[in-house]
Amino acid sequence: MPLSTPHLLGLHGAPEKDIELILDTAVSFKEILNRPIKKVPTLQGKTIVNLFFENSTRTRISFELAERRLSADVVNFSASGSSVSKGETLKDTARNIEAMKIDMVVMRHGAAGAAHFLTRVVQARVLNAGDGLHEHPTQALLDMYTLKEKFGRLAGLRVCIVGDIAHSRVARSNIYGLRTMGAEVSVCGPSTLIPKEIEKLGVKVYHRIDEVLPKVDALNVLRIQMERQSGGLFPSLREYHRFFGVTKERLDRVDHPITIMHPGPINRDVELSADVADGPHSVILEQVLNGVAIRMAALYLLGATQ
Amino acid sequence: MTTTLMSNAKNTYTQPVLLKNARIIDPQRGLDKTMDILLEKGKICALGNAIAPPAGAIVEDLAGLVVAPGFVDMHVHLREPGFEHKETIESGTLSALYGGFTAVCCMPNTNPAIDDESMVRFVHSQGKVVHGGMVDVFPIAAVTKKREGKELAAIAELVQAGAVGLSDDGAPVYDAEIMRRALEYAGMYDVPIMQHCEDPSLVRGGAMNEGFVATELGLPGMPHIAEEIMVARDLMLAEYTGSRYHVCHVSSAGSVELVRAAKKKGIRVTAEVAPHHFTLTDDAVRSYDTNTKMNPPLRTVADVEALKEGLRDGTVDVIATDHAPHSLDEKEVDYLQEPFGIVGLETSLALSITMLVEPGILTLTQLIEKLSVNPRRIIGKPVEIKEGAEAVLTIFNPKKQWTIETEQLHSKSKNTPFGGREVTGKAAGIVNNGLVMRY
Repeated sequence: MPLSTPHLLGLHGAPEKDIELILDTAVSFKEILNRPIKKVPTLQGKTIVNLFFENSTRTRISFELAERRLSADVVNFSASGSSVSKGETLKDTARNIEAMKIDMVVMRHGAAGAAHFLTRVVQARVLNAGDGLHEHPTQALLDMYTLKEKFGRLAGLRVCIVGDIAHSRVARSNIYGLRTMGAEVSVCGPSTLIPKEIEKLGVKVYHRIDEVLPKVDALNVLRIQMERQSGGLFPSLREYHRFFGVTKERLDRVDHPITIMHPGPINRDVELSADVADGPHSVILEQVLNGVAIRMAALYLLGATQ
Repeated sequence: MTTTLMSNAKNTYTQPVLLKNARIIDPQRGLDKTMDILLEKGKICALGNAIAPPAGAIVEDLAGLVVAPGFVDMHVHLREPGFEHKETIESGTLSALYGGFTAVCCMPNTNPAIDDESMVRFVHSQGKVVHGGMVDVFPIAAVTKKREGKELAAIAELVQAGAVGLSDDGAPVYDAEIMRRALEYAGMYDVPIMQHCEDPSLVRGGAMNEGFVATELGLPGMPHIAEEIMVARDLMLAEYTGSRYHVCHVSSAGSVELVRAAKKKGIRVTAEVAPHHFTLTDDAVRSYDTNTKMNPPLRTVADVEALKEGLRDGTVDVIATDHAPHSLDEKEVDYLQEPFGIVGLETSLALSITMLVEPGILTLTQLIEKLSVNPRRIIGKPVEIKEGAEAVLTIFNPKKQWTIETEQLHSKSKNTPFGGREVTGKAAGIVNNGLVMRY
C-alpha cells in the first residue's frame, strides 16, 4: 500500500492511514538498525540530495544515515559556501540539482512553504526536513513513533508541548499528527511565544507548567532560542527556567511518571534540567535512534511510489 | 476583439465620432440614460437622442455598453525611473489603457524617489509622450526627502510642478511630528497626504495577516492593529491640523470603523480600498502562492465584509489597485523573501463588478463614483459628461463574462493571483486627450 501523496511536506491534513503506514513501516526498519549489518538494498540506484539551506547537524546526519542504510546514492548540499551565497535563487539551485537527475530531495529551508515551492519547480520527490516555522514532519513522526513504542497507542494519549510554540515547526507538525491520531494535545509557554488562535487547532493552552503536569502522560520540551530573549519575547533565561523549566522537583510533585521528549539540541538547565534530561523517564536518545528508522520508512515509501 | 474606431492609440481622430445608444452614467449630474454622444476635436459636442451623424463622422453602436467619466486609478506603481525591469511608464499606462483607465496616479517610491520638481515633471511629461498621451499620468510626490521620513520634501515646489498628492507609500511617515508638519504645510495648498498606514514596529519580518491561518502556516504575522494604530494617530493629527488626509489601501475592519467615525466628526479624511482586499482573504495564502503576498496583507472574512460595507455606505470613497509590478524572478522565490504586491490595473473593473455590483453591494452609479468621481475630486481633476466639456470617458461592458488570463495582461509584470478566474465586466475603450481607443 503506497502513501497517498508523492511528497512528504507536512502532517497538516495528512490522512491517518499515511501516518499509520509510516509508523508501521518504521518498525521493521528499526529492527534492521539493531542487526549487525544495518544496510538493505531498498533504494539502490536512487539518488537523493540533502538540500540544507539552514544549519543542521543532527537532522542532516539522521537523513544521511537513513539514506545510506537504504543503499541510496547521497549528495549533500549546504547553503554556506554554495552558490546560494552568491545570490542564486532557490528555484535555480533546485533546477540545477535536478538537471543532474536526482530522484529525491530532502530539504531544510528558512522560509515556510519552501518545500511546497520546490514541488512546483522540480520533478523529484520532495521530503520536507523543516521549512521555516511551518512543519518538520519527520520529527513529529519520530516523536509519535517514540510515544507509540512507549505507550502502545497514540489515541487518548495526553501530550503537552512546552516552550516556544510560535517559532516551532516541531510543535506544528506534532499538533497536526497527534490530533489526527486521536491524542489529546496541549501547549504550555509564555503568552508571547504562543501564536494567535492556536486553540482553533484543537489544543488547550496553558501558561503554568505546574498546572499542566498532572494532566499529561508525556511532555515534548522545545528548545528555547536565545534570540527570542533579545527579540523582547521573554525577559530572561533565568526567569524562563524558573517558571517554565521542566525540573525533577516539579515532576516529583506529580503522582504519575511523565515521559520526557526533546527534539534537541537541549539547553540544559534552561528548558530542561540535566537530571530530567538524563533521568529514567527521558526517551530523548530513543528519539534519535527512532529518527533514523522513521526517515528510512519515509524515504522508502516515497521511493516506492515512484 | 474588433477594433472598430482606431487600430491603436497613436491614431488621433480629426473627424467627428458618434457613439450611439450608449448607457451614459455621470453620477455628478444625476445622469443615467441611454443616448447618443457626439465627439469632435476632443470635446463632447452633443448629447441626446437620435443625433444625426455629421458628414464624414465615424459612427459606432454602443448598445449594451456604459459610458462613464474617465476612470482614475489613484494608486499605482509605474516603477520608472529605477525599476524598469518591473514596469515603465509606457507599459504601465498600456495596462491602464486596457483596464479602462484614462488616468493613473503614480507613487513616488522609484529610484530616485519622486521628491523634487524635476522628477515630477519627468513623470508627468513621459505620460504625455507614451501612447499619444492617452492616459494621463498624475504624479504623487514624496512627503519627505528620499522618502526617509526625516525632513519634509519641497512640498510647494512639488505641488507647483504638478504633484496631485503626497505620499511616502511603501513606507509610512512614522514620526508623528513630521506627519503633523506635513499635514500643516500641505494644507496651505489643499493637497492630501496619502498615508501608507503601518506601524513598522508591529510588523517586523511579517509576511501575512496575523491570525489563525498564519499560525497554521508558520508565517510571521502582520497584525491589523499595526494599520489601525497609524490610522487612529493620523486622524487625530488631521483633526488637529484641519488638513486633508487620505488613507491608502484600507484593509481591516478596524480601519473602516475609524474612518467612519472620523467622517462623522467632520475630519477631512478620504479612503481607498484595493480590489484584492475585498476579493480574497488570508485563506488564499495557504497555497504559498507568492502572488498572495501584499502589504497590507490579505485579511479575514470579517475584514472583507467590513470593507464592502464601507464601500456601500460611503466610508470608503475610492477603489484603487495599488498596482505593484514585480518581475517573475522576484516573485519566484520563497514566501519570506519575495516582495509585496500584485498588478491590478487590468483586473480592477472586473473584480469590482463581480464582487460588488453583481451581488448588489454597489450600483453601477456608485461604482463609477469610486472609480472616477471620488478619486478625481480628491486629486483635483474632475471631469463631467456634458456638452462642451472635454471628452474624458471610459467605455465598458458591465455584463461581459470572461476569464482572466495572466499572459494576456499588458503590464510588463504578470504577478497576479487572479489568473484563471471567471469574472464579469470588462473595459471596452477610453476617450481622452482627443484620442479614442476601442478594444
